[in-house]
Amino acid sequence: MTETTLGPGPFVPPTRFAVPGRIAVGGDAASAWRTATLTVIRRETPHAATFRFAVPGWAGHLPGQHLLLRLTARDGYVAQRHYSIASPPDDAGHIELTLDRVEGGEVSGWFHTVARPGDTVEVRGPLSGFFAWPGNRPALLVGAGSGVVPLMSMVRHHRSRGLRVPLRLLVSARGPRELIYADEYGAETTPVFTRGAPAGVPVGRMSAAHVAPLVADAPPGGWEAYVCGSNGFAEHASRLLVEAGQPVDRIRIERFG
Amino acid sequence: MNVTRGFTGRPRVPDPGLPPGQYDARDDWPVLSAEVTPDLDAADWTLRIDGLVAEPRTWNWEEARALPASTYEGDVHCVTGWSKFGTRFRGVSLDVFLDLVGPGSTATHAVAYSHTGYTSSLPLADLSGGRAWIAFEYEGRPLPAEHGGPARLLVPHLYFWKSAKWIAGLRILDHDEPGFWEQNGYHARGNPWQEQRYSGD
Repeated sequence: MTETTLGPGPFVPPTRFAVPGRIAVGGDAASAWRTATLTVIRRETPHAATFRFAVPGWAGHLPGQHLLLRLTARDGYVAQRHYSIASPPDDAGHIELTLDRVEGGEVSGWFHTVARPGDTVEVRGPLSGFFAWPGNRPALLVGAGSGVVPLMSMVRHHRSRGLRVPLRLLVSARGPRELIYADEYGAETTPVFTRGAPAGVPVGRMSAAHVAPLVADAPPGGWEAYVCGSNGFAEHASRLLVEAGQPVDRIRIERFG
Repeated sequence: MNVTRGFTGRPRVPDPGLPPGQYDARDDWPVLSAEVTPDLDAADWTLRIDGLVAEPRTWNWEEARALPASTYEGDVHCVTGWSKFGTRFRGVSLDVFLDLVGPGSTATHAVAYSHTGYTSSLPLADLSGGRAWIAFEYEGRPLPAEHGGPARLLVPHLYFWKSAKWIAGLRILDHDEPGFWEQNGYHARGNPWQEQRYSGD
């Protein structure tokens, strides 16, 4: 039989490469479960709160990474969920998660109604290098609702390290009361309100009018775009970015679901 | 066991169809692609199988749809934790395609790749024996773009990241070559019943 001769080196698909490349996040993806002790609960909006944990031995993470969290019931029943990390890497030995209260959610429900400082849960991570931002390239961040959580880790990292690399955040919320981290945003951030806003602030869905000027104003070398939110939002926002001229292979998407 | 104070969880409904650590997504079908959903018309879609095969081939939409179709009815499992029961996909068994190209005697693995460049790696044994399809339809309708339409790979006995959306081809190899998520820390095989989520599981 005649077999195709294979060239040396890894296989690269003969397609237009639209998946952004891997970002090196350092060696071993932490595979061990660690005990995380809840230290502080901070309300962000009527539906979201931030939970701060002390995690001895936490391997450290890059902004944008997530972790796997599990709760164990007395009979051994386990529920585990993936959550984006809200805090920056320099918050040594601590991590913060911001969780929406999901209707009927067994894990978010426990956090919002039962959890108190001193409780322990288990976490494993950080996971996935794909949505990570090492702080070494201009970043255009586009999020909606709790999709802003991994993006906030990037904003906080940018701030705490005093990075000069350009960074912009477009964040969509129903209204000012639903805007997570509202007090923390600076000149890098443009909020978009979809249902209600203070007098004089326009109300409506994120549109080309928000996205196109930022893409047009890309710094040398272009933006790395990070989109995070529901699938509906991610589809909408990624289309706006592509239509504005952002290369598809420089759009990283984290969809909640 | 590290019991969480005050955590009771959902009512226990024993479900032999649910792999460990998974929950039933019911009517939800979450979309978790990491890239922009491509605009890909069926007329522009092709599937190529090459590498360690007797006869590399490329099929266009009409040629692929003309092959004998079959149906998968069953469950799918996503590494992020949801499982979806009783799905119904229609497509062409990968055995049909593999029989036409003739994998070589040294072939052991394949890299599946998408029209977006996404890749996933699989043992050839998981792609043959009636356990893998090129799927065109879901619940009797064309597969939606965000779920991989016009055509996706379907390997339902492994975590769903293996089932590459917008499938463009398979490169048949004599070794395992990690794909997109396998390079990003996911498990090489991804068997949900052994909870092979991440490298090291």
